[in-house]
Amino acid sequence: MTVADRNRAAVEEMMKIAEEIYNDLKNSRIPELVIPSRTKSNIIFDERHRVWKYGKNTSTRSAVSLAGAYMLLRTVYTIDFIKKMIDQKKSSTLRELYYISEGWGEGKFSSQDDSDRLAEDLEILTKKLREDMRLRPEEDGARVIGDLVVEEITRKGDKRRIHCQDDVGDSGYSIPYNVEKEKVKIKETNAKIVMAVETGGMFDRLVENGFDEKRNAILVHLKGQPARSTRRFIKRLNEEKNIPVVVFTDGDPWSYRIFASVAYGAIKTAHISEYLATPSAEFLGVTPSDIHNYELPTDDLTKEDIAALKSELSDPRFKDDFWENEIKLQLKMGKKSEQQALAKYGLDYVTDVYLPEKLAEMGYDI
Amino acid sequence: MHSIAEGLAKKQRKISVAEFFERNKQILGFDTSTRALITSVKEAVDNALDACEEAGILPDILVELKSIDDDEYLIIVEDNGPGIVRKQIPHVFARLLYGSRFHSLKQSRGQQGIGISAAVLYSQLTTGKPTVVTSKIGDGFPAHRCTLLIDTKKNRPEILHDEMTHWEKSSGTRIELAMRGSYVRNRKQSVYGYLRSTAIVNPHAHITFIEPNGNKIVFERVTDKLPPQPREIKPHPYGIELGTFIKMAKESKARKLTSFLSSEFSSVSLQKAKEIIKIAGLDPSISPNKISLEDAKRIVDAFKKVKLMSPPTDCLSPIGEILIKRGLRKEMDALSPEFISTDKRNPSVYSGIPFMVETGIVYGGNLPADERVEILRFANRVPLLYQEGDCVITRGIKNMDWRRYGLQQRGGKGIPFGPAIILVHISSVNIPFTSESKEAIANVEEIEKEVKLSLQQCARKMKGHLSKKDRKVKAKNKFTLISKILPEIAKKSSEMLGKPTPPIDDVITKIMNIIWIDDDVQYEDGKIKSTISITNYKNKPQSFELYAALPDERELGEIKPEAQKVEEEYIMWKIEKIKPAEKIELSFQLMGMEKGDFEENILYVRGIDPVNVIGAEKWEGD
Repeated sequence: MTVADRNRAAVEEMMKIAEEIYNDLKNSRIPELVIPSRTKSNIIFDERHRVWKYGKNTSTRSAVSLAGAYMLLRTVYTIDFIKKMIDQKKSSTLRELYYISEGWGEGKFSSQDDSDRLAEDLEILTKKLREDMRLRPEEDGARVIGDLVVEEITRKGDKRRIHCQDDVGDSGYSIPYNVEKEKVKIKETNAKIVMAVETGGMFDRLVENGFDEKRNAILVHLKGQPARSTRRFIKRLNEEKNIPVVVFTDGDPWSYRIFASVAYGAIKTAHISEYLATPSAEFLGVTPSDIHNYELPTDDLTKEDIAALKSELSDPRFKDDFWENEIKLQLKMGKKSEQQALAKYGLDYVTDVYLPEKLAEMGYDI
Repeated sequence: MHSIAEGLAKKQRKISVAEFFERNKQILGFDTSTRALITSVKEAVDNALDACEEAGILPDILVELKSIDDDEYLIIVEDNGPGIVRKQIPHVFARLLYGSRFHSLKQSRGQQGIGISAAVLYSQLTTGKPTVVTSKIGDGFPAHRCTLLIDTKKNRPEILHDEMTHWEKSSGTRIELAMRGSYVRNRKQSVYGYLRSTAIVNPHAHITFIEPNGNKIVFERVTDKLPPQPREIKPHPYGIELGTFIKMAKESKARKLTSFLSSEFSSVSLQKAKEIIKIAGLDPSISPNKISLEDAKRIVDAFKKVKLMSPPTDCLSPIGEILIKRGLRKEMDALSPEFISTDKRNPSVYSGIPFMVETGIVYGGNLPADERVEILRFANRVPLLYQEGDCVITRGIKNMDWRRYGLQQRGGKGIPFGPAIILVHISSVNIPFTSESKEAIANVEEIEKEVKLSLQQCARKMKGHLSKKDRKVKAKNKFTLISKILPEIAKKSSEMLGKPTPPIDDVITKIMNIIWIDDDVQYEDGKIKSTISITNYKNKPQSFELYAALPDERELGEIKPEAQKVEEEYIMWKIEKIKPAEKIELSFQLMGMEKGDFEENILYVRGIDPVNVIGAEKWEGD
């Protein structure tokens, strides 16, 4: 399937939604759209893909309420916009989608959250990816350094081979927003592990210390909560080249959610978890046990941190012994640490001591 | 009321009034220098209002404060009342407890406070200066100007000067007294706060206030009608105290016990008098002047054993809902309140004493939404400024669950929070104050109950307004939905699909699915026209009864179409089979009203699920 085919299929699905709304009106029914509820309480484990997906609970956007009617109006406007955009072979960012709605009168979005959400709703309703509708996020995916060759189709249509150590600068290979096969091919690699790193500071530390070469690792910078393309890229490395993935983040509740979205799937994008999540990914640290064992410098948990940890205890994705023990331990300590706190023992400590020890503990021989 | 007189009489043998005053400053209302100013103004203004009303004159009162020294002020209060004859002036102003109405059972301000002479004494004790009183009793009479002191040893007036003088006024009284005090503003407990509150409950009074800095504030009158004169009633046996009974018996001119009881008490017929005396085991023919303490006790006990009618209650002079509303509206104008609701209870009785509760709630506008509500307490048209926590009015407010009426209240008890001012006025021939300072009304169960019932009624009206407003916002949303959004969806989706725009009328009826009631109130030349329109947005014909609440003291004009019922409190129309999409209009007129007297309808429906109606509440019965 070419990119154009995928676009056409997405438009077809979207037009079915417009037709559904039209037919409701024509047949004197109050128009409505039914969408899975996108909440923590409505995600269930999909045995086949080993990821978390939406369950059976649904919410109805009905024209019986003003909010619902606005949402339906915005939906038809958005579909119309995407259709015309695809016809003209253009693409737009989610932010542009929000701004373009300025001209839609009553159909105008009240915030970008609304338009982002609607784009996700359309994915769920059409079972097509946002990328197929030629909507892209504001930021590109993150950076990659390691022994890996990718082949990217440039915007001029040429194929370009890129070695993610030799052909890139210190900031690495930048993951584009569309990482499907039609755009990016993963070629040769000898790497033994993919290490996804939360912060830019730690990514640069590992690069400067030559961790990618010494330990034969592909380093991927997550840039906080990772973009879809980053998660998709990690999944493809894992599946196509069979390389294990470990996630290295700060030791706080927000970082555990970053790991969860890489490994289990995010609540917001649970409809496409099987595209994005890497079920075999493992959490390396910083764990609350590490904070204790390595005597790391700490900060006190804030009220928000504590609430987030407690919320994770009721999140089905964290329902296993490892996470329950670690989260309870952290609540008991009342402390958190950053990954860069390891610098307490010197700049090389993370690459010479911490990571090798942790990886060995997890059973990796590298 | 006896305790202080008797106490004073007893103590007088040993101590002077000055000493007595010094020891009882607090209960007399002179404990702080701020309060001394307020109490003095209050005493003078209360007297002025009472005097004007008794003489049938619309009060026109001037209050002026002049700064003499850092902590010394000159208070001037002048009225246009009937004046005081020369001979009485020294007794009224310079003798403590002169002419107090000890057993007068009549609603009056004068029951309150220790009297103006206390202010004169305070003035004299703090500055050593005399008080100057000018009074004129009518055209053709000269004005008298007396300069007075109180002989504190003998509790007798001492006249320093007495002169005849010319005064433009046809009649009136003016008092000038200097005292130590401190002047504050911007709070309830201030001269300004007292006058503002006074203006609210005395809508017939015109009050001019000149502050120490020369700033002049005028409280205009909102009605030219004087309140009806309260009638004096005889005491009712149920509330009589032994001491009072003995005093009455000793002073009685009746020759026999039976005629004494039947002529000097209310609700006692000759028949009942005989019954009482029989129960007491006394001889009906003995003279009341000659009964012993023991006999008196037996009669007072016997009072409680007979069934008597309640005392007459037409002796009270309430303010009235419309005037309370006008008073509140005028004085709260700067707050631009969103809604004012009022209520008036029927007279009730505690211990044989008639009383009556009126309430008002001011809501919204610029009132702070997250602070404690302000409470305005009144007794016989006099504002109560101090001892809020000890008052039965406050207790009644605290013991009500205000959360159901849209105010915040932790745990459903205590003073509520929210953008509201609560006014409670109690009128009675004998207000049961907690102490001689007369700032708080005692915990009388019957009064608390009436306060609560009245406030509940008031709060229900307020809540009715709020939920109507709330539902109208929701309904407005629906109108936006059906008139703007839905046609847009139809247009856009058909355009995209290249199909004709579908008709959406059926969907609109399904979405609305309500009876929409809207009302409009117009004022013109003393006439208020209220129009109620009903539209059926349901898909079947609907039948129900519509009730429109009527204000107190109204005069009904034309009602269109003819109503099925017109009662004291409401009009009821039967709506028969209003068809889908049909709109009907009802209207009524109120005569002799002022702008603001009636601003919005309170509507109720019966015979239809109120969930299906926007703009009216469920009818809860008469």
